[in-house]
Amino acid sequence: MMTEAKEEVNNEKKQEQQVVDDPRLQAISSAIRVVPNFPKPGIMFQDITTLLLQPKAFKDTIDLFVERYKEKNISVVAGIEARGFIFGPPIALEIGAKFVPLRKPRKLPGEVISEEYVLEYGTDCLEMHVGAVEPGETALVVDDLIATGGTLCAAIKLLERVGAQVLECACVIELPELKGRERLNGKSLYILVESH
Amino acid sequence: MSKMVEAEEAQMKKEDDDPRVLAISSSIRVVPNFPKPGIMFQDITTLLLEPKAFRDTVDLFVQRYKDKNISVVAGIEARGFIFGPPIALEIGAKFVPLRKPKKLPGEVISEAYDLEYGSDCLQMHVGAVEPGDVALVVDDLIATGGTLCAAINLLG
Repeated sequence: MMTEAKEEVNNEKKQEQQVVDDPRLQAISSAIRVVPNFPKPGIMFQDITTLLLQPKAFKDTIDLFVERYKEKNISVVAGIEARGFIFGPPIALEIGAKFVPLRKPRKLPGEVISEEYVLEYGTDCLEMHVGAVEPGETALVVDDLIATGGTLCAAIKLLERVGAQVLECACVIELPELKGRERLNGKSLYILVESH
Repeated sequence: MSKMVEAEEAQMKKEDDDPRVLAISSSIRVVPNFPKPGIMFQDITTLLLEPKAFRDTVDLFVQRYKDKNISVVAGIEARGFIFGPPIALEIGAKFVPLRKPKKLPGEVISEAYDLEYGSDCLQMHVGAVEPGDVALVVDDLIATGGTLCAAINLLG
């Protein structure tokens, strides 16, 4: 039992190392622009729009996620409005999964379920269509970046409330100092780039 | 001139007859009285729940645009972000998001447009698009054409 667990940890470490060494990551990382003092003073905003201006780097970003997820029987990719809508659909299309948009209140027409989450000041809300995801489905949650993990946590809850199993959260960028990783209800996180 | 018109019409007819279009059309859901009474809202989210139909939607656009030397696909927030990037990726173009005010960080240019009551504004990053780029504008739906017109003005 102990040996098996150790092997699994070693395999995970090998996989992480493979990702860290992947030459495509350097170009992806350099393509992301940091914009100081946006949306307010003191915040260093990680701007992925410059990545989208480089077709090869954008393609590589999608490929890295697709390579990881294509044989995991994922039937749903849920993307968080609005930048999750840029990365989620190309991944969904390539792995043959449905794409489900998770949106701010009052954007989705028809019947929705809502999950509230805490902001620095106040709260906000994430919504998903009733019936979009069925019990037993395996889901991936996608966003451009994880900061505090609040929105991703709300996304996981929405999917679990309808009986889906969230396999993992996938983001291009992580801000590790904000410890968002710890707010994911025990779900794992896969990221391409860390920003300190 | 007449030959060009004939060729265009022939292509449009081919697209109308394309069997994929029927499945795409049937997968779009109409939601009455959203966002307000009297409006029949065209909901594409149900199309996104059918991988083949979504795939076909993107393929139909890619087939049309892949050899047209398009260097920029501009998508209008937020549903244009769902269709634009897959098209951009397949034709090898940049993707440029066109957004509501105060969403894009850094330097932007703005274009105002009329709403039924009042006006709104669309923004694009300075430097994303260069003079001479050939652009395609993508959104899920065209209604009055106000946002698309603003998009065209930003690019032009």
